[in-house]
Amino acid sequence: MINNPNLNRLRRSMMFLNAQKPGLIKDPYIYKPDSIMLDLEDAVAENQKDAARYSLYHALKEIDYHGVERVVRINGLETAHWKEDIRVCVAGHCDSIRISKCESAADVIAVEEEMKKAEEEFGVPHGEILIMAALESTKGVLNALEICQASPLLFGIALSGGDYTKDLQTTISGTGVEFAWARGQMINAARCAGKQCFDTVFTNLDDMEGFRRETEMIKMMGFDGKSIVNPRQIAVCHEVFTPTEKQIIQAEKIVKEVDEKKAMGIGVFTVDGKMIDIAFYPGAKRTIELAKAAGVYEGDL
Amino acid sequence: MINAVGRDIPEKVLKDLNMKPFAGTYARNGEEYTKAAPKVRAWMDPKESKMVESIADVVKKCNIKDGMTISFHHHFREGDYIVNMVMEEIHKLGVKDLTICASSLGKAHNPIVPMIEDGTITNIQSSGVRGQIGEAISTGKLKGYAIMRSHGGRVRAIESGDVHIDVAFIGAPTCDCYGNMRAVGGKSDCGVLSYAYVDAQYADKVVAITDTLVPYPNIPASISQVNVDYVVVVDEIGNPAKIATGAAKPTTDVRKIMMAEYCTQFVINTPYFKDGFSYQTGVGGASIASTISLGKIMKERGIKMGLGLGGIAGPMCELLEQGLIEKIVDTQDFDLKAIESISTNPNHIEITGSEYANPMNKGAYVNQLDFVILASLEVDTHFNCNVVVDSNGMVTGAQGGHPDTAAGAKCTIVIAPLLQGRTPAICTDVTTVTTPGETVDVVITDYGVAVNPARPDLLECAKAAKLPLKTIEELRDMAYAITGEPEPIKFGDRVVGVIEARDGTIIDVVRQIKDYEWD
Repeated sequence: MINNPNLNRLRRSMMFLNAQKPGLIKDPYIYKPDSIMLDLEDAVAENQKDAARYSLYHALKEIDYHGVERVVRINGLETAHWKEDIRVCVAGHCDSIRISKCESAADVIAVEEEMKKAEEEFGVPHGEILIMAALESTKGVLNALEICQASPLLFGIALSGGDYTKDLQTTISGTGVEFAWARGQMINAARCAGKQCFDTVFTNLDDMEGFRRETEMIKMMGFDGKSIVNPRQIAVCHEVFTPTEKQIIQAEKIVKEVDEKKAMGIGVFTVDGKMIDIAFYPGAKRTIELAKAAGVYEGDL
Repeated sequence: MINAVGRDIPEKVLKDLNMKPFAGTYARNGEEYTKAAPKVRAWMDPKESKMVESIADVVKKCNIKDGMTISFHHHFREGDYIVNMVMEEIHKLGVKDLTICASSLGKAHNPIVPMIEDGTITNIQSSGVRGQIGEAISTGKLKGYAIMRSHGGRVRAIESGDVHIDVAFIGAPTCDCYGNMRAVGGKSDCGVLSYAYVDAQYADKVVAITDTLVPYPNIPASISQVNVDYVVVVDEIGNPAKIATGAAKPTTDVRKIMMAEYCTQFVINTPYFKDGFSYQTGVGGASIASTISLGKIMKERGIKMGLGLGGIAGPMCELLEQGLIEKIVDTQDFDLKAIESISTNPNHIEITGSEYANPMNKGAYVNQLDFVILASLEVDTHFNCNVVVDSNGMVTGAQGGHPDTAAGAKCTIVIAPLLQGRTPAICTDVTTVTTPGETVDVVITDYGVAVNPARPDLLECAKAAKLPLKTIEELRDMAYAITGEPEPIKFGDRVVGVIEARDGTIIDVVRQIKDYEWD
């Protein structure tokens, strides 16, 4: 059992940054994303992997990210780079490692084994660095549940839409139809295993309305957050994923009423004309927790 | 002598220039003085023509001699051809020890550097300089002093007689044969001639230079025939592409948008944000973004701006067109949209530099400002700003209206990123003080917002706006925590430049740069 408070932290926005670009990695925390994902994979050219690791290590060691989660996206297990990537992640003591192109529980276990070696080498206690898995292929998506259940270090899975659509032999249409099954499958698997689930990036930075629509949809599907590519997307993402004042007040009423009525032995009652029973309790609690984590809760629960 | 912002002004400089140390922004308030006046040559004979064949001829007619003061305006910005054309002809005369008194000088004027080196030009008075002229000053090539004045301060210096202009050369987009100059309608539209007005009024000789001679009378004129001695027509007075740029796309840089958003949130939470408020802003990315976001809120709340002042760019004109601004009162145009607006919109009005910002006339427009949004290269823990000297100690910027508007506005907001590249913008002491901290109320950075402790009222507004409040010292500490505390720039002893406060006192000096030596 891992006792790491980061397991269930708020991750509405997870922002990709090229680990090799000092201008990008020096202070992304001023935009207040929930997580940053320092990229050693696709953003870094094949002959620049060493330089990127060097830059990443010093960033992790020297920059105070003010509580923003520092995830590192490592190269896929089919490459020659991933083991060295893990060493630098552990040596620099990032918060989490994102496995690219994860296809099976075995991939997760392989990463965890490599992490253990590095943790021993650099004296980092096991369990301090978490794992997330990016599902980028049909096989990965099909294996979502076993991936979610592969390790107690794994906090969640993320859809990676570009590679996935290639594997499907289609393209990103903007309608979401090509992702419908993957998203449904993944959120089901994640929830079944008690993990978080994150959506793929939306790359058209000029279409903020489209970005908002997509974010609202995946929120409605149950997702916890979205991968983003630019700080311009943070505000919308947070707006969608943060409970509104009305939702918070409603949740507060439900929590208070349920607590009160339970003590009185009443099972079903009404709040603002709506029938409420114990089944509403966990959802209302979650809303309050989310509001607290997002820093917008001013009540006393 | 230590002045009111704690800067040591050498006695020699005070004596050489016959100036006093800065004693506080409003120290000369209420002072009485007699204005200077030019020498006028009467033009009674209607048969006499003001038209002169060439610049070469006109510099001879003006009888330019050693030690004279020659003036120029900067409405053509980096597209200006006038300064170089005129100086080339003056140079041919072999005249020495000239003082250039310009409203500003830029990189376009790099060709005059050899004339600094050979002693043709020995003194420069300007809002600021960029490029090679700045390097020439900072490396000690200018024999005399460079005096940097704000736009308002320059008008004051001329009107009070601190500087007397012998010959003013005024580039005009259109002009008639008798010297009526307008800023619109020619090949090189610049919108307004605000800063040249005082030159025309106070110079002994006034030369109009145009590339578009128009039928008489060219009215309403920005500068009237009654002040003009000669008119010269040349092929081109400037490069239109560099005088006014096309509409800049609003920034997509989230850092700038974030600072703009802080600025807007602050503005709308002050008591000054009400129908009829007055406002001035610059043309930097964050300034433009804050104008745009403020416009949205004005629309939502039905609040109109009574006065938009100063240097004007497209976004302000769009608010005017939408009926969200009553009057734009203009001293400089930064883009084609602004030039089009002043040519066509009766509520967009040209004023003179004196009306804009002269601290010692009977009341300038800046005194009526509620808000001014400014930028700065450096801001220190005393809220002093530096907009002229860069992080290598080189003179490379201009005061413009910075100290004027800061002194005038009820609420002066400075937007600066915490770090300018590798250099902290928020520091313990600015390299050079150009705007005194007593006139700066709020500093907005990407890392947080600091309010001058002298303004507890505005601190409450910033709290109401839920801004990420920090003290100015905290902002500096955050900057230093990232970059380390920068070593002071190494200067030599010789004073090469003087930063003149808008009231004509010395607020700081600029010393010659010392070549870097490895320890």
